[in-house]
Amino acid sequence: MSEKLLTGAQVVVEALKREGVECIFAYPGGNAIPLFDALLDSSIDTILVRHEQGAAHAADGYARATGRPGVALVTSGPGATNTLTGIYTAHMDSVPLVVICGQTISPLLGKDAFQESDISGMSFSCVKYSYLVKSADDLPRVMREAFRIATTGRPGPVLIDLPKDVGAALCHSSFEDEVKLPGYRVPSKGDPAKIREAAALLAESKRPVILAGHGAAISGAHRQIVELAEKLQAPVVNTLLGLGTIPGTHELSLGMLGMHGTAYANMAVMNCDLIMSVGSRWDDRITGKLDEFCPNAKVIHVDIDPAEIGKIVVPDVSVVGDAKAVLEELLPLVSKLDTAAWLKQVQGWKRKYPLKYRKQGGLRVQAVVDEFYRLTKGDAVVTTDVGQHQMWAAQFYRFNRPRQLLTSGGAGTMGYGLPSAVGAAVGVKDKTVATIVGDGGLQMTQFELATAAIRKLPIKILVMDNKYLGMVRQWQDMFYSKRYSSVDMTGNPDFVKLGEAYGIKGFRIRRMADISKVLKKALAYDDGPCIVHCEVEKEDNVFPMIPAGAPYSSMLLERPKEELEKPEGGA
Amino acid sequence: MELREKLPAHAISLTVANRPGVLVRVALVFSRRGFNIDSLVVSPAIDGDFSRMNIVARGEPRELGQMIAQLEKLVDVVAAKDHTDDDVVMRELALIKVLCSPEERSEILQLVQHFRATTVDMTESSMTIQVTGESEKIDAMTRLCSKFHMVEFIRTGKVIVARGPEAT
Repeated sequence: MSEKLLTGAQVVVEALKREGVECIFAYPGGNAIPLFDALLDSSIDTILVRHEQGAAHAADGYARATGRPGVALVTSGPGATNTLTGIYTAHMDSVPLVVICGQTISPLLGKDAFQESDISGMSFSCVKYSYLVKSADDLPRVMREAFRIATTGRPGPVLIDLPKDVGAALCHSSFEDEVKLPGYRVPSKGDPAKIREAAALLAESKRPVILAGHGAAISGAHRQIVELAEKLQAPVVNTLLGLGTIPGTHELSLGMLGMHGTAYANMAVMNCDLIMSVGSRWDDRITGKLDEFCPNAKVIHVDIDPAEIGKIVVPDVSVVGDAKAVLEELLPLVSKLDTAAWLKQVQGWKRKYPLKYRKQGGLRVQAVVDEFYRLTKGDAVVTTDVGQHQMWAAQFYRFNRPRQLLTSGGAGTMGYGLPSAVGAAVGVKDKTVATIVGDGGLQMTQFELATAAIRKLPIKILVMDNKYLGMVRQWQDMFYSKRYSSVDMTGNPDFVKLGEAYGIKGFRIRRMADISKVLKKALAYDDGPCIVHCEVEKEDNVFPMIPAGAPYSSMLLERPKEELEKPEGGA
Repeated sequence: MELREKLPAHAISLTVANRPGVLVRVALVFSRRGFNIDSLVVSPAIDGDFSRMNIVARGEPRELGQMIAQLEKLVDVVAAKDHTDDDVVMRELALIKVLCSPEERSEILQLVQHFRATTVDMTESSMTIQVTGESEKIDAMTRLCSKFHMVEFIRTGKVIVARGPEAT
């Protein structure tokens, strides 16, 4: 038996190595010192971030970009609480994270000790699972379970709360113990009878739509999605997080559906006679008014999480299982459908209602994204922040593979863009890594400019600066009589100078005519990160738009002249 | 109060891994969806690595299926089941302490006899009654006792076991 005495902290580090962890995103503090001490003797790359929220988002970006679990290590108290936004973001988007928090010594637990926070208690509702480790002997099992839970089934964040004395204690370091998770079930293959039912339902469809979400990307089912679409001759729409599961340039791809989806995707969804969701949870951003969503369509729902079945949309046929495994079983059972007329109609919508923007006048975000897509040949890993630029990135960068767009979908976390790009750039070395951020979101986590600069991470930071919180301004413009309240960001820093303070190269774009020239320079720059400060039109709105809680039939292709009713849906 | 009366009660049984925090995780599934827990019983299962939980909660029936699914999704939950319409044995135990004069005592003892309850403590001026059975029986006993001076009343909440040889 491989049993020798190690400290709890050494066990944690050894366990990380055994899990294949190459890097962690970390910020130390008093109660985490034993862990940081043990890291000195390991080959794990410890990336010192500038704020614990940055650590959690960076681990998230690393995980989404690579498919491997992201690991963050922080101290107790405020160190731990600062990770909560990042943990919640990962939880909403099913991202595998292991977050290790230092904690006060165990005799002081619950006694309001210095930098004690009940992080387990605070995080219950935004983790997949969590541990408060009371004995170092439990650590090998806890670490294995944590990685098992984080990475399997529907992935998610796992938090480990580690009191300082447990990290310092000597313990038996047997890594042979089995994990003990009797209540933890991971669906894999779907029920063959259900898959046959799905095939039978598909066979009757004349106007099918495949809806591919994040689950399809996580499962690596992108080839099967394309194969299914081609075999059936059915168009594919994507959720925001599902983009890339079919190449955006594929003729059967209709891009994103929902609130700011393409008109043709939404028209296809509105008129289909069958919608088959693979790994989407029917978020309210995509259903709009639920009672009127896909009114005449049969519904097939494939999901690895049984709790998603019937949560929002009640399916006619559901299959619980891994998307890739289910599609592989389904593919031999289906054949080409009689969809010629349907595809003709869909292609007609595609031609008639393309995504568009004004090419004259001031600088437009859409144009910057469009040109960046062209210059990077659609191959970059792109993270975004949240808001208008995020929707334009989703619309105008045609993603070709999963794990290419990293964006906070469920949580809509402003500040996600830059730190997640730090994580992505650490994990992905052979692709251009870019973050498209707004002026608001960048300022929420701009402290990670330091991490990017010190590590010379080659991130292209495209700042879309309209000096407004653009999406809120858009709602106030359209639904609140243009009464702009707390959205004016006048007084923003000069982002080129801000970058200079960190030793980051800066570029600036003010005119449409300069986009290509400047972006080329930014892409050619090869000495670490660079900022491209894009001074864009102050007031531009994202279209198409289905107002929150409204039916698809209320989709707006441009700003109506008249005042609109305040939306009934959330956010 | 109004909310509790309007919404139907559901009896749910759970088998869970006996781990710290499991009660909080289970309770959060209820609270997040606005379910009000009427009673909750936790005890170790035959295999000490597991615990049994019986929960009676009130909430929208159409959300119940989703609740069970969310409970089953919890890493520590081995099984979750709604017993609202099942053929099960459900029992509760209540302890009722009443103040009584010597004249009232015999009337109370009649009640005790009728409900097959027992007296578990008695003083010059008080009596403590233990009553077991279905919840409705305990409700009835309590109603009848309320004409006396009840100083304390506590019930365990429902415990549930399926009829027949199969485990619940």
